[in-house]
Amino acid sequence: MSRYRGGIGQWSWMFHRITGVGVLVFLCLHILDTFLIVLGPEHYNAIIAWYRHPVFRVSEVGLFACVLYHSLNGVRIILFEAWTGLVRWHRQMFYVQMAIFAVCMLPVTYLMLRPVFGR
Amino acid sequence: MAHVRLKIQRFNPEMDSAPQWREYTVEAEPTDRVLDALHAVKWHHDGSLAFRRSCAHGVCGSDAMMINGKNRLACKLLIKDLKQPIVVEPMRGFAVVKDLIVDQTKFFEKYRSVKPYLIAEEPPPATERLQSPKQQERFEDTTKCILCGACTTSCPSFWANGEYVGPAAIVQAHRFLFDSRDQGAEERLEVLNKASGVWRCRTIFNCTDACPRGINVTKAIVEVQNLLVAHAKQGSTTDAAQ
Repeated sequence: MSRYRGGIGQWSWMFHRITGVGVLVFLCLHILDTFLIVLGPEHYNAIIAWYRHPVFRVSEVGLFACVLYHSLNGVRIILFEAWTGLVRWHRQMFYVQMAIFAVCMLPVTYLMLRPVFGR
Repeated sequence: MAHVRLKIQRFNPEMDSAPQWREYTVEAEPTDRVLDALHAVKWHHDGSLAFRRSCAHGVCGSDAMMINGKNRLACKLLIKDLKQPIVVEPMRGFAVVKDLIVDQTKFFEKYRSVKPYLIAEEPPPATERLQSPKQQERFEDTTKCILCGACTTSCPSFWANGEYVGPAAIVQAHRFLFDSRDQGAEERLEVLNKASGVWRCRTIFNCTDACPRGINVTKAIVEVQNLLVAHAKQGSTTDAAQ
């Protein structure tokens, strides 16, 4: 079976799903690591120390990207419900959304990854 | 005349265990339509190829199929506008009867479920039920639907859940819900407010892109969703007042 070649709407929805699942996975992990305090502070501290590892720092940038994309795309869809006429401009609105995404991601990525590069 | 290459998904449930691809090369003009190329295959190469078509002019909606990864009417698509080989498949989400023919029984069941006809309580007047041009404009877009099924079968929500009423039925409901002469909103909204109703839409826009009549399907769906919200608010206000 071949792939359905949907347009921007299909891609934006696909990323919405992926980022939603990404945030959900982090939320489950976070509940789990917070729960470790029940077993004792040494377990909790050991797990929390992992978050300082460069791999986790980069993953945190991914988490921020997931939350940001999911929020912006969610707002875009809510706007269609409030002003149905905007549906006609959904492609242009997606471009604006991605521009906002990029503008937010650049400084945040720099600030979040600065400790990894020892600055 | 030029050589045109087609790659068509073939499947005969009575003989095949799985669909298979077959390639054909036919003679056609670049300005011919995909339907002409399919006719050339059927009439000159392989008479067993099965597909639906009727008017062949984009009015009846019989020949909706997936062409180069998008739902289109084979009679409206020119060969010169497509990358070759032209990949032709049946619409997704329906059982295949044979080759490009799909079983649309459920599609029409859903169409009928939204009561796509005028419901008016009052006895008919001596002349026409009058309506201003502005009132007609409100649902003009959704009157253009030809029930080809391109929108419903392009929708990932429908692929995931075949019970979803689908964009085509919602478009049909919209056509009457926003008609000033109609009084069947309660009955239709009850169907559309179910778990398999209008809330399954994920605003993916595949339906709008696929519609061969240029109907803004997503806008119609959002308008029906908003109408449901307005009705719910109205209902709760009435309940509070009682």
